[in-house]
Amino acid sequence: MRKILLIIQREYLTRVKKKSFLIMTIIGPLLMAALMIGSIWMSIGIEESQKVLVVDESRMFAQLKNSDRVHFYYTTMKLSEAKEKFHESEYTSLIYIHPKIFEGNAAELFYKKQPGLLAYKYIESTLEERLEQYKLMRLKRMVKSELLDDFYRDIKTSLTIKPINYSEPGKEKKESKEAGYIGFVFAVLIYLFIFMYGVQVMRGVIEEKTSRIIEVIISSVKPFELMMGKIMGIALVGLTQFVLWIILTTGIITIAKQVFFKEKYNIEEVAKGQMSIQMMRELQSEKPQLNQEEISSVIDRINFPYMIGMFLFYFMGGYLLYGALFAAIGSAVDSESDTQQFMLPVTIPLIFAFMVAQSAMQNPQGPVAVWASIIPLTSPIVMMIRIATVPFNELAPQLLLSMVLLVVAFVLATLMAGKIYRTGILMYGKKVNYKELWKWIFFKN
Amino acid sequence: MEILSTHDVTKVYGNQTALNAVSIKVPEKSIFGLLGPNGAGKTSLIRIINQITGPDSGEVIFNGEKLNSKHINQIGYLPEERGLYKKMEVGEQALYLARLKGLSKKDATDRLKYWFEKFDIKPWWNKKIEELSKGMAQKVQFIVTVLHEPSLLILDEPFSGFDPINANLIRDEILELKKNGTTIILSTHNMSSVEELCDNIALINRAHKILDGSVKDIKNQFKTNTFEIQFKGNHIGFTNALWSEFELIDINKEDEISKAKVKLLNNKKVNHLLTTILPEVEIVSINEVIPSMNEIFIQKINEFKTNYPNI
Repeated sequence: MRKILLIIQREYLTRVKKKSFLIMTIIGPLLMAALMIGSIWMSIGIEESQKVLVVDESRMFAQLKNSDRVHFYYTTMKLSEAKEKFHESEYTSLIYIHPKIFEGNAAELFYKKQPGLLAYKYIESTLEERLEQYKLMRLKRMVKSELLDDFYRDIKTSLTIKPINYSEPGKEKKESKEAGYIGFVFAVLIYLFIFMYGVQVMRGVIEEKTSRIIEVIISSVKPFELMMGKIMGIALVGLTQFVLWIILTTGIITIAKQVFFKEKYNIEEVAKGQMSIQMMRELQSEKPQLNQEEISSVIDRINFPYMIGMFLFYFMGGYLLYGALFAAIGSAVDSESDTQQFMLPVTIPLIFAFMVAQSAMQNPQGPVAVWASIIPLTSPIVMMIRIATVPFNELAPQLLLSMVLLVVAFVLATLMAGKIYRTGILMYGKKVNYKELWKWIFFKN
Repeated sequence: MEILSTHDVTKVYGNQTALNAVSIKVPEKSIFGLLGPNGAGKTSLIRIINQITGPDSGEVIFNGEKLNSKHINQIGYLPEERGLYKKMEVGEQALYLARLKGLSKKDATDRLKYWFEKFDIKPWWNKKIEELSKGMAQKVQFIVTVLHEPSLLILDEPFSGFDPINANLIRDEILELKKNGTTIILSTHNMSSVEELCDNIALINRAHKILDGSVKDIKNQFKTNTFEIQFKGNHIGFTNALWSEFELIDINKEDEISKAKVKLLNNKKVNHLLTTILPEVEIVSINEVIPSMNEIFIQKINEFKTNYPNI
């Protein structure tokens, strides 16, 4: 036991002390933050002051409220005339308001250079507001009631429709895309972790083999202890890196928010600026925006302690299962370039699981999702989606089966990998094939 | 008293027999040469003693007990294929390997300091292995092997990769370790170092042990009653004097002095030879020809080949 701890310690410290680890730890969050901030910065950066010439044929849009960046100017010219002069003028855009705007609820914006999202939104909402005011005044004149303002507020409604699956009577369930997304984020983390650090296990084994230190070490410890120590040590490296990433990314974004965006922009709001205006509008027309209650109901529906507990279980289970397989591959080859033929059967289930996970977000109870969440090689990734979307009481039997199978598979894989490892690490200069590996599994010690 | 003995140890890999009922006895506080051509099975035997693998049948007794995992810390092993973590610092790495052999951090540090001073390599402590030359790395590896003061030390080709000065340094260390009570198993192809260092040997060929015993006994056993005589005088008289009782193997002349190798037949003693040739030539010197380990090695391997062509 003491020796395993020593091995874990070495595997951990040598990796954490490497320059590449430090660089990755710093660059990862910087990249992520830079990506977010950069795109926000750009969308704001191109937000030059807008001088908007208002060609108002309805004569209702005088004295619109200016903002820091958007200034309205007015003209009595006809559209055709204004358009001609617009090009030579200093105005950046021209808004044309049709005389019968009430009927169409639409205006046209001519621009030389497409205005940024915020300016666009500002113009739109300013006109909208004015339009609403006019409509309200018109109603007031008709019904002569001072209470109309209140009525109006009461009438203005934002309806949310919650989808409830009723395909099986008596078993309705609330489905939530948001919950699926959260599950998917966890699934992606597991997928990335298995890939990045599984390969590190393999490299570590190959390193020991090619540097020939392996023989010295296994004259002190059992090969199995060395293999497990390595897998565990690297798992800790991965956890450390993820925790640091999360802390650093949050830190950088918080600081950046303070420094760059003291203005009233809401970062989340602006982040959507990466999407085209068209997409934004579609999104908004398709589904009502989440209001505060809606968000809290998503969070209520996701039981975070349960979700995180399961995440840790599948995270470790999946990594240990694949880590053992990667260690076996590393032991069977002489150099990394020989790993191809053995990598394929290990990476295919991983990639398959990732694909299933994507479709499981839409249909978490479909047969493919169900089976993939039970079979150990794919379950660590796919089950995360179902844990987030399917209620616990319904998932429990499958969840239990999946967890038990994962543990069984991990134990079997480790024993099998241990046997391949034990033989492979001392085997040099031999091109190993599957038949050979199969024989190694049954060698007695 | 033996520190280690193997009894009919057999190891089979697939359809290839690496060891076939090999029994050896390694006396305490001695140097034991484990000899044999490449691929004979020496490394397989060493790995079994190190518990890297186990025998298919037969057993290994260490200090009167069946070999088990608690003996690991009493054995030190320098494999033929040397290697250390290239990216790890020398001191850190030596500490790690010593602690894997059961030393506490403090003990390991103290002993490492002693050895680093002794070998005059203190400035290397914070260097990475990849910055050292091959010979330097081997020195570090030797230290790591002996640091936990094993009672049995297994050295596989310990001199390969060293320049003559460092090879000498290592040789002296080996002798000192022996003096301090360490038993050493030396696996090597370098027969002159076997003659110089080993008390006992075992010769393994194609999975079989074909010869063992003390170096002295084996040499005596392989004596052929042959003498080398240096003399001044006439070759014809010398040759004619050697009648049927002696066999002249070789004769040649350098400057004034002739050298002849003569084998005694029919249990003749050396005095007979002397009285026979004394009247004919002037004798400068006479020595018994003692076979070198090299000759014994080659002779035994060839014999085995002729006797058991199918093994």
